[in-house]
Amino acid sequence: MAELTYRDAVARGIAQEMARDPDVVFLGEDVAKAGGVFKATVGLYEQFGPLRVRDTPISEQAILGAAMGAAMTGLKPIAEIMFSDFLAVCFDYIANEFPKSRYMTNGQVKCPLVVRTGNGAGSRFGAQHSQSVENWCMMIPGLKVVAPSSPRDVIGLLAAAVRDPDPVIFFEHKSLYPMKGEVPDGEIVDTLGTAKIVRPGKDATILALALMVPRALEAAEKLKAEHGIDCEVVDVRSLVPLDTQTILGSVARTHRLFTVEENPRLCGWGAEIASIVADEAFYDLDGPIVRITTPHIPLPAADVLEDTVLPTPGRIAERVRQSLGS
Amino acid sequence: MDILMPQLGETVAEGKITRWYKATGDAVQPGDNLFEIETDKTSMEVPATSAGVLAEIRVATGDVAPVGAVVAVLAASAEAAEAHQPAAKQSAQPQAPLIPAQAGIQNQTSLDPRFRGDERIVVGIPAAKPIPMDLFREVRTPERNYGPARIGGISVTPLARRLAGENGIDLSRITGSGPHGRIVARDVEGQIRRAPAGAPAAGPSASDILALYRDVPFNEVPLDGMRKTIAARLTQAKQIIPHFYLNADVSIDALLKLRAEANAAAPRPDGAADYRISVNDFVIKALALALIRVPATNAVWADDRILRFNRADIGVAVAIDGGLLTPVLRAANEKSLSAISNEMRSLAERARDKKLKPEEYQGGVSAISNLGMYGVRDFAAIINPPQSTILAVGASQRRPVETEDGGVRFESQMTITLSCDHRVIDGALGAQLLAAVKNYLEQPLTMLVA
Repeated sequence: MAELTYRDAVARGIAQEMARDPDVVFLGEDVAKAGGVFKATVGLYEQFGPLRVRDTPISEQAILGAAMGAAMTGLKPIAEIMFSDFLAVCFDYIANEFPKSRYMTNGQVKCPLVVRTGNGAGSRFGAQHSQSVENWCMMIPGLKVVAPSSPRDVIGLLAAAVRDPDPVIFFEHKSLYPMKGEVPDGEIVDTLGTAKIVRPGKDATILALALMVPRALEAAEKLKAEHGIDCEVVDVRSLVPLDTQTILGSVARTHRLFTVEENPRLCGWGAEIASIVADEAFYDLDGPIVRITTPHIPLPAADVLEDTVLPTPGRIAERVRQSLGS
Repeated sequence: MDILMPQLGETVAEGKITRWYKATGDAVQPGDNLFEIETDKTSMEVPATSAGVLAEIRVATGDVAPVGAVVAVLAASAEAAEAHQPAAKQSAQPQAPLIPAQAGIQNQTSLDPRFRGDERIVVGIPAAKPIPMDLFREVRTPERNYGPARIGGISVTPLARRLAGENGIDLSRITGSGPHGRIVARDVEGQIRRAPAGAPAAGPSASDILALYRDVPFNEVPLDGMRKTIAARLTQAKQIIPHFYLNADVSIDALLKLRAEANAAAPRPDGAADYRISVNDFVIKALALALIRVPATNAVWADDRILRFNRADIGVAVAIDGGLLTPVLRAANEKSLSAISNEMRSLAERARDKKLKPEEYQGGVSAISNLGMYGVRDFAAIINPPQSTILAVGASQRRPVETEDGGVRFESQMTITLSCDHRVIDGALGAQLLAAVKNYLEQPLTMLVA
């Protein structure tokens, strides 16, 4: 058992898959000799060489186009888009090409690739480099959408994504890169579409993703200590496929649901889960489902403002406390 | 505009219209009495709240309608009244039942493994498998219904509705503790806990009993609302209130003497009496003062807490035709005997005429039941929830008492019996209350200076 940062876990996860499968290749801007702009891929170039770890021009479309071609011809590429905001400039690949290739060719052409990308706010990168855009991808049929919150999950879910026969968008959170966590030795492989109960509790379920998971955990500890409210915190981990069994099971035990989303409120993933829970577990609910989100505004660059709009442990705890009426 | 059957008390679910003051086509002014209703405990005129012409009467004299049902329709003008089309017959029927529907309940014991993620990945490269297409299929709401989401203006959470439906709990009797008075699961769970384990053993059914008396001539007396209410409330009282009883003999010679003197002084120069104080009036005052003297007994049980009062509201049982009512004398500890006497006479009269308003017979901390006039020596009364005590008063009798020199003398005594709710009042506390009552009654002058 070693303690790794989230950023080191990315490199270890890629290395684990590249070592296991010679078809796995890795490409992106400054990912090779420079070790990535976030230093999340240090050492891969030295270990696997220029044929399998490649720097690309500054063109997101070129990166994803190359990855798609490689995937269709038998490789298993991992492509990095530095900031997830730039998924938008290559949205034709993401929305129209990757997820439709198997469907439109009657299964003859597969597109087994992983797009890793730095998502989320909290690092003063401004409105165009701080967004949480997992819901952009979530609404596209044929894509899988994953967002780990811990170093261990980075490795396990990345392995699962690489081994998946279809395209997976893998959202790393920029503000989690320095976070440390225990990681078991040896190969780690998770299953896509499994949520994780990271803190059991009985009074309410708080669903969170990525950076919001540690914040929800902090809120839960605060609620326990200050108000005796015992919250279950569930790390959703994978939006597509979605582990509705774990979510509905948790709601069936606690009877209250709170979702904590970093994305702007409108059409956030919490709305989709709220809809599923309202449909499937209505008579398990002892109160309205509450979504805690960022307001529907572009993210500010000013540190005070950025901190103000993102859900904080204090805000999460206060909203839960108000809603539980104690 | 629709005229609705009003709710005359928290537990009143329906009302019977005993009289219409207006006929179809009559003009109505605000404040005009429209009709009179009789509920389980009272009868009362219902006035119009706005002007118009009575276009339709849907519930005829002598018919019963649930609270909230449309009993009549008021039109804005005579023309509108003429043009009004009477509703079909069934529209006066009750809408949603207050107890959630049992129909269509499916107990969900385990959750389907739907939308499960792809679990094929364990080790190595998996075989290609299609993406499960039902990932975001259109999900259907379960075909379950546990009744209305709002009951009498109070909202009910889905879980609370489910729990109430599954346990046969009447949500209309629950006070919500959630935000904005919302009924949440813990409110229903509290009610389930309070209900006796398992269903209360119901007596034999009507048909069993009819079979038993097949060969005996009898007349059937249908139950009216008051009889049903008395039966339900007192059954509940004996089931949920842990009663215990304390009694004491009270020497009342001094009281009788004082009463005679007071009543003798009542007539004014013109011969009319200002008051006529009864023994019962003394008992009311004595109990009220005793409750103030032993403050811990001036309290009621309120589910998860005890409410203590600083004035003593005393219910006084009044036998009326077909049942009994217990109008409440407010702040009896602060009132003079003559005031108590006069107020009691008015309450009793209106109780016999069934003219009491609900707020006149609800609440109270304790009550008095007096059967002395029937020669009853002593008895134990059943507490009327949520009150925590009731004082049963027996007949005044001449009883032999041993004198100090070993001889015998006779004095007037009556036996009083205090029924106590042990959840609020422990034995010693009840005894203190009873001793205080006895003390006031035996030294009635102290009541006048208290």
